[in-house]
Amino acid sequence: MRRRLTPYLLVLPGGLWLLLFFVVPMVTMLSLSLQEGDIVSGYVFTGHWQTYADVLVNYRVQLVRSLVYGAIATVVLIVAAFPVAYWIAFHGGRRKASYLFLLLLPFFVSFVLRTISWRYVLTDEGILLGPLKDAGLLPDDFHILGTPTAVILGLVYNFLPFMVLPIYVALERIDPRVVEAARDLYAGPVVAFRKVVLPLALPGVFAGVLMTFVPASSDYVNSAVLGSSSTAMIGQVIQSQYLTSSNYPAASALSFTLMAVLLIGVFAYARALGTEDVMKVAAR
Amino acid sequence: MRLLRAYTWLVVAWLTLPIVVMIAFGFNDTPGRYNQTWDGFTLKWYGRVFALDDLTRALWISLGIALASMLLAGALGTGIGYALGRFRFRGSGVVNLLMFATMSSPELVMGASLLTLFVSAGVGLGPVTITIAHVMFSISFVAVVVRARVLTLDRSLEEAAADLGASPWTTFWRVTFPLILPAVGSGMLLAFALSIDDFVVTNFTAGTTTTFPLWIWGATRIGLPPQVNVMGTLIFLVGVLIAVVGSVRARRQ
Repeated sequence: MRRRLTPYLLVLPGGLWLLLFFVVPMVTMLSLSLQEGDIVSGYVFTGHWQTYADVLVNYRVQLVRSLVYGAIATVVLIVAAFPVAYWIAFHGGRRKASYLFLLLLPFFVSFVLRTISWRYVLTDEGILLGPLKDAGLLPDDFHILGTPTAVILGLVYNFLPFMVLPIYVALERIDPRVVEAARDLYAGPVVAFRKVVLPLALPGVFAGVLMTFVPASSDYVNSAVLGSSSTAMIGQVIQSQYLTSSNYPAASALSFTLMAVLLIGVFAYARALGTEDVMKVAAR
Repeated sequence: MRLLRAYTWLVVAWLTLPIVVMIAFGFNDTPGRYNQTWDGFTLKWYGRVFALDDLTRALWISLGIALASMLLAGALGTGIGYALGRFRFRGSGVVNLLMFATMSSPELVMGASLLTLFVSAGVGLGPVTITIAHVMFSISFVAVVVRARVLTLDRSLEEAAADLGASPWTTFWRVTFPLILPAVGSGMLLAFALSIDDFVVTNFTAGTTTTFPLWIWGATRIGLPPQVNVMGTLIFLVGVLIAVVGSVRARRQ
């Protein structure tokens, strides 16, 4: 009897913590999004779905923009990360771990601080644009801060390791003899890559997309630090609705919409690729 | 292949560029708070690293919260990770799903929903609510690391202990626990790192409390003082040192 209880006793404290501070808040948020009232006189549950329609009309631009930025960043991440993961997995030799460690270096600097550091790099007369302008390679009024490019660059910068690592893990597992066999059977390097390496690497790419798309499209630090009002993302709206305007029902409705859209996206993606693979990846 | 190699190094350079900038500007002899242009080399900011009282306080608050959340998430996460790795039990699927949900939910939504809970319950925001939030998102990471270690454990060692007359309790503390200790340690380090670096969830659960990332965020508009660069550099060096020592020790074993 005691043995059978053991796993439950072990899981109980942590499980309760997750229940109380993850599940219950989500329910509270859903309920608050359907309430009416204000912070002074309190809120009453009225099943007010109108809030959802209102926020969707008012903030559709930022919501769509966030998803678009997130999607572009994810595509850029795949293209940028794949060659790196490939080279480390197949040509890293004995120093693979060291190369991976180099890629993880940014994580030893606070997220906010390294994003602000980017602003120093990209600022109009900074160390990157300054010399290029002085050399006449760029027009004097060229700027990158405040543009969508800067925001997407920041997203790619901050999430690159999350894309490289899963692709690397998938590539690392490929037996080099499989590729050799393809070559022996007269596949050229391109065909061998496309028919052998790429399909085996895909689960890693899928995992990378899962790990980068959700945080990238819900991020608000990059667009706040590197962007301008014309690049405002949904996260910034939610943040200011909660912390500046204290408009809790609208802010809750917005967060819930964001969560729902991202979840639907993730599940549709999982369906399209077969749930099996995604759960396997998720279990890792 | 040389092209790929050059590209990889280019990416590494690109990733480290902001770090180099951060470290360099900690040595900048800037006259004012606008630490954006290079005015010559100095070491004076290292001498005055704790000269800004509110920044220093923010750093201590961050360290305190990170320590508390590391210990709590370490204990709670180890329990879950050990149970999932060792026992088959009804409901383990739910626990797995819950962990996956906390790890894949947007931070923004977790922070926002905790804020609605605390506001609805009338709980005042501060270091305690920040710690509660940090423990919440760290538990799963600790559990995953510990579970992975428990799954690869050689059970014959425990059976040997039992054969030699050790009770289950003794076996756990004298045999199993020392074997999973490295995983518990790395899980706890991970929890510490997640906590001290967190901005999004903290921003929602802090109220008027200021942690290190929140202080930096608040100061961006008026310009970051060089002390931030110095502290960032020191945190970076300590983190890298711990990681390098850890991996060297792991390789030796």
